[in-house]
Amino acid sequence: MLEIKDLYAGVEGKSILNGLSLTVKPGEVHAIMGPNGSGKSTLSQVLAGRESFNVESGSVTWYGEDLLSMSVEDRARSGLFLAFQYPIEIPGVSNAYFLKAAVNAVRRHQGLPELDAMDFLKRVKDEMKAVGMKQEFLYRSVNEGFSGGEKKRNEVLQMSLLEPRLAILDETDSGLDIDALKVVADGVNRLRSPDRALIVITHYQRLLDYIVPDQVHVLSKGKIIRSGTSELALELEERGYGWLAQADQAPATAKGGAA
Amino acid sequence: MDIATPRVVSSSTQQIDSFLDREYEAGFVTDIESVSLPKGLSEDTIRQLSAIKKEPEFMLEWRLAAYRHWLTMSLPEWAMVSFPAVDFQDIVYYSAPKSKKDGPKSLDEVDPELLRTYEKLGVPLHERARLAGVAVDAVFDSVSVATTFRKQLAEAGVIFCSFSEAVREYPELVQKYLGTVVPPGDNFYAALNSAVFSDGSFVFIPKGVKCPMELSTYFRINAQDTGQFERTLIIAEEGASVSYLEGCTAPMRDENQLHAAVVELVALDDAKIKYSTVQNWYPGDKDGKGGIYNFVTKRGDCRGPRSRISWTQVETGSAITWKYPSVILRGDDSIGEFYSVALSNHRQQADTGTKMIHMGRNTSSTIISKGISAGHGSNTFRGLVRMTPKAQDARNYTQCDSLLIGKTCAAHTFPTIEAQNPSAHVEHEATTSRIGEDQLFYAMQRGLSAEDAVSMIVNGFCKEVFKELPMEFAVEAQNLLGVSLEGSVG
Repeated sequence: MLEIKDLYAGVEGKSILNGLSLTVKPGEVHAIMGPNGSGKSTLSQVLAGRESFNVESGSVTWYGEDLLSMSVEDRARSGLFLAFQYPIEIPGVSNAYFLKAAVNAVRRHQGLPELDAMDFLKRVKDEMKAVGMKQEFLYRSVNEGFSGGEKKRNEVLQMSLLEPRLAILDETDSGLDIDALKVVADGVNRLRSPDRALIVITHYQRLLDYIVPDQVHVLSKGKIIRSGTSELALELEERGYGWLAQADQAPATAKGGAA
Repeated sequence: MDIATPRVVSSSTQQIDSFLDREYEAGFVTDIESVSLPKGLSEDTIRQLSAIKKEPEFMLEWRLAAYRHWLTMSLPEWAMVSFPAVDFQDIVYYSAPKSKKDGPKSLDEVDPELLRTYEKLGVPLHERARLAGVAVDAVFDSVSVATTFRKQLAEAGVIFCSFSEAVREYPELVQKYLGTVVPPGDNFYAALNSAVFSDGSFVFIPKGVKCPMELSTYFRINAQDTGQFERTLIIAEEGASVSYLEGCTAPMRDENQLHAAVVELVALDDAKIKYSTVQNWYPGDKDGKGGIYNFVTKRGDCRGPRSRISWTQVETGSAITWKYPSVILRGDDSIGEFYSVALSNHRQQADTGTKMIHMGRNTSSTIISKGISAGHGSNTFRGLVRMTPKAQDARNYTQCDSLLIGKTCAAHTFPTIEAQNPSAHVEHEATTSRIGEDQLFYAMQRGLSAEDAVSMIVNGFCKEVFKELPMEFAVEAQNLLGVSLEGSVG
């Protein structure tokens, strides 16, 4: 479904991704790990189409289409979802209104009839129960005054309502206590299905205790330097990133210079 | 990552630009012959104006006194607006569509060209065509061209007519109340208006009557080089209530045109007046050429105990807006409210706000102001809350929020609080925020288009004010805001 080939990208004239390649197939769960500054968040922003990030070279194919030429909203409507590391507040716009607008924008794109208020409310209330959100959050402004954990639950709620084909979780575990982490992980696991893929970006191994990945990739200086099974994550937990980064330092620097 | 870098201009921003680049839809000119006085202002002009309008002697004397006072006054310069000096001798002070100098007796006598103009503006004057009874007074340049639903209103005892007509038909009421809220010498533009006002609306709701329908005046400036100086006077007697709405548009012209209105509201014991404005005067082009100078004095007097006056305004038009709808809380337990959305885009300048003067005991006031600045627009909130020594236990709550779109606009807030009574309770909250690239990106990542995302964010910001508008006008206000934001992100 998604094929990233030799991707070079950066922000504000600074190169961050240096020849990243990754293939994701339906049903797979990929974990991307790496130290701060390795390019994890840049990858998620580039895939979602954030304007301030520039793609220098390489390609990203999404269901046979050139993802990089698609608009932000078309990527979203075609089933690419990004759970934000720092969810954004929108004052005065109720969560219910926002969620309904998003769900119906995606449904329109897919040629499905829009949900009316009744159907939508029933749907959203069921999903809220599943992620442990109180109904009052429907009538509060989007993310405004939410705690860190509430914001992340709201991201998972949006994800379950929008039923994406590929969900990218950008450090969804950051700032969560263990209970909130479990709730978020449960929500994500419920979405796992043979035709849906996940990219889980995380700094720490602990989220991967709950969302068990099929593949783990280690990102360093903008490229994947090691891929393996979930065993690799455990090894990283024990040994840190240093040994891998050192082992790969020479080629990574050479690539960086070329970009 | 730094989301505040200036280089976040690309595809979605361009989409927003093109969506926002809609034209000012009310910018057409009606080709209609008009009768005008020559340009310029003197005592002679005023005498001619008064004669054309067949006014009683007291009115002429009132005008002349105001004019003589105006001559001694100088232009106010304290507002955060700048514009080239207005040549008051280069303005036409009276212009009326030719055929109906005296105002038509019924809609059948109204020039069809005028009816078409209002239909094009979405203000059909045919009573049959009106949906749920809103009575309309249509003011075209200097005169009222039609007032609808008069018969039904008269049955309820409500007087709703053009101001000129009121001066002729109900001189005792006019004389009793005119200038009692905004005295002729109140300020420069109020004095000018008092001297040369040409028409406007007059509303009288007698004791105990709840006005059976919404009243509305639609102001249209058509003729070139013409100033519009309308005068509105609304009186609600003991226990009466009324909801009144005004709308305004003008053609697109390269010259600036002056609009200097005065609105006076009088609420006696237990009376309620709700006054809503959707102001969409031509704002000038992208570079600030043309547009209406909107210098307006609006004031309500809660004269009786337990009376209530509420101002709601959505100000999207005009090159310059200078207005401060105010309430004098004279009666004990009276309530004053001010809800405002003011938008300034391109080169528009808005300096607006309110004054709440608490005089009675246990009076309360609420101020909710939402300023939106985009492009090179400048938006200023100026507010005064005064608790006089007699205003025992008076309360005020003020909330003043600014939303910035883009990086070249400005927002200013100048609140003044004068508490001369130790029991006064005054709260003030203010915020300034920016529609961020991050908010747009977030909404678009959920599948919303750029245009839906912007309008959702802006409407969310204005929600507290829109909910105060009568239903159908709330929809109109939302649409207007979409149109007026043209080219504002980038």
